[in-house]
Amino acid sequence: MHKLWLIPALPFIGFLINGILGRKLPKAIINAVACGSVVLAFIWVVLVGMGCDWGATPLHAHYFTWIKSGVFNVGWDFSIDKLTMIMLMIVTGVGSLIHIYATGYMEHEEGYYRFFAYLNLFMYFMLTLVLAGNYLLLFVGWEGVGLCSYLLIGFYFVKKSATTAGNKAFIVNRIGDFGFSLAMFLIVVNFGTLDFRRVFAAAPGKPVEILTAIALLLLVGATGKSAQIPLYVWLPDAMEGPTPVSALIHAATMVTAGVYMCARSAVIFTHAPIAMETVAIIGLATAVFAATIGLAQNDIKKVFAYSTVSQLGYMFLGVGVGAFSAGIWHLMTHAFFKALLFLGAGSVIHACHGEQDMRHMGGLKKYAPITFWTLVCAALAIAGVPPFAGFWSKDAILTAAFAHAPWMYWVGVITAGMTAFYVWRAMFMTFFGEYRGHGHPHESPMSMWGPLAVLAVLSTVGGYFLNVPQMLSGMFPLPEEVPGESMLMIVSITAGGLGILIAWYMYVVNTALPEKITTSLGGLYTLVYNKYFVDEIYDATVVRPLIEGSTTVLWHAVDQGVIDGTVNGVGLESRRIGGVLKLIQSGNIRSYATWVVLGSVVLLLIMGFAGGVH
Amino acid sequence: MNPAGALATLNNGVPISWYLTLSAVLFAIGVAGFLFRRNIITVFMCIELMLNAVNLSFVAFAHQHREVSGHIFTFFVMVVAAAEAAVGLAIILTVFKNRSTLNIDDVDTLKN
Repeated sequence: MHKLWLIPALPFIGFLINGILGRKLPKAIINAVACGSVVLAFIWVVLVGMGCDWGATPLHAHYFTWIKSGVFNVGWDFSIDKLTMIMLMIVTGVGSLIHIYATGYMEHEEGYYRFFAYLNLFMYFMLTLVLAGNYLLLFVGWEGVGLCSYLLIGFYFVKKSATTAGNKAFIVNRIGDFGFSLAMFLIVVNFGTLDFRRVFAAAPGKPVEILTAIALLLLVGATGKSAQIPLYVWLPDAMEGPTPVSALIHAATMVTAGVYMCARSAVIFTHAPIAMETVAIIGLATAVFAATIGLAQNDIKKVFAYSTVSQLGYMFLGVGVGAFSAGIWHLMTHAFFKALLFLGAGSVIHACHGEQDMRHMGGLKKYAPITFWTLVCAALAIAGVPPFAGFWSKDAILTAAFAHAPWMYWVGVITAGMTAFYVWRAMFMTFFGEYRGHGHPHESPMSMWGPLAVLAVLSTVGGYFLNVPQMLSGMFPLPEEVPGESMLMIVSITAGGLGILIAWYMYVVNTALPEKITTSLGGLYTLVYNKYFVDEIYDATVVRPLIEGSTTVLWHAVDQGVIDGTVNGVGLESRRIGGVLKLIQSGNIRSYATWVVLGSVVLLLIMGFAGGVH
Repeated sequence: MNPAGALATLNNGVPISWYLTLSAVLFAIGVAGFLFRRNIITVFMCIELMLNAVNLSFVAFAHQHREVSGHIFTFFVMVVAAAEAAVGLAIILTVFKNRSTLNIDDVDTLKN
């Protein structure tokens, strides 16, 4: 066998060592354990990948039976096919780089060992999620990464905003997970199993309505985890966590779990056309919506957070129009360039002594040249400039969208233009002009720019050389040729280039222009700047009624009124009756004796009237 | 003499009602003393009196019905009475030591 269990086990051992002993270990050993375990897992993934012959059937390993109840049987099963392999490579590869980066970034932070213990635990759950051979084990990983996300968002737990953001992420994800659980129940009821192989083998024969219901409920789960409309609100707040966490969990790996899950369930989705259409529309809507918010943000991490939401929307668009492999391709290239953008942002924040507001940056090209040039690669990749990685995958998705419905393509192109604009706006505000902050900015240490350089290479050539649709052609059919494909390509490149040019004009050439536009737009700008007031709307429509209802109905009426009323009432009534009864307790023995005699007389009289004892 | 007649009187011709009357009288004296006397030892003796009144009726019925269970009850009552005497006298001694009184109305700290 290929010892698949070793892949998640390695980070788990790292978690145990750092989590239990970390407090007493020197930083060098914590670093070695944390990074070493993930790098070893990466090496093992590569070895497994080379040792497989990659036939049509996935490699399957059954370790033990976890739940057995009648015919229902869930095993601790790992299964690995090309899709899993790609995910494993992304998770362990990008994960290793971010771990190494974090050793530099977190150097002066409190709770160093705690951070790496959580990070390793996250890797364990993420790898379990990806390797799982059935829905329940996938759900274990799914919940586990959610837990680690919560722990790491709230890493700076003395900050109120960080703990609130952690709670928000956790609670919003509960809604999605509720949908996921319902989907699993439906699968169990209709298929009698949660095993991927058996479910997917039986799925084509099931009624469309059931498959649609399952697919839509799975989508609810995916919108929670992958931050799609209407559950995306937690991701921008999740930026309260340390920047390596934003890069690893909230950009490269965990948030793409929803896309992976949809691609994994491709058989169910392709047999449920309505669900597919819903996925595409939600993806597209999220892409546009988040991109417009990204245009007006000033916090560098918030810009990239909305950009992540928007790019995840692209992936769902790809999945929804049936281009599963294009969605996974974008997942991979996005992992490269978005991890790079976040790590670069972290490097910038590090350089500016913790400043995150881009209005207080500028001119950093001179002070942090390596960060600048690596970020240029990422920004070109996300803008869809050939031959950078993002171009290939985005183009594949847009072409598939055009084949599905041309209007989706055009919306996608406009979004691509906006994406290019706001990412390059961030670049120009950060690296060009004069330094507007305080203190003296400096370049980051090598442990930080080393991973940046590797990711920059991947963001540059990773799209062309790692052609995912080609690799996955056995699982998902290659996209069909679309007439006028080169025309579509030129249009999307133009949109990206135009976005960069406008950003350059507004933020380098004519720096007074943004101010004018802001004032001329007035209300519209306020709307976008405040993220369409979605948080406020949710607050007014969901959170507040919930709190009000819980306070007045559940707390004051039910808990204090009914439950406390009953309990206290019983106690008070007992005391009242006892107060009456205690009057006969005179302490005088002869009065007691009188009561006894009277009692016996009464008893005897009753017995006599009842006809005596027979 | 028919069997019912044989049961009506005991062997020596004393009717059972006499025994029961004596038992009731003894019991009533016990109750009266228990309720109205103030000396703890007298009260205690009245309890013994009531127990023995009951014993008497037990034995009378046992003889009347030719059944041994009445005797056995009597023995049980005697055993309990003996134990009670031991414990009760000990309590009385302690009460007297602590309070220098045998008046039952003075021992009322369990009030309310």
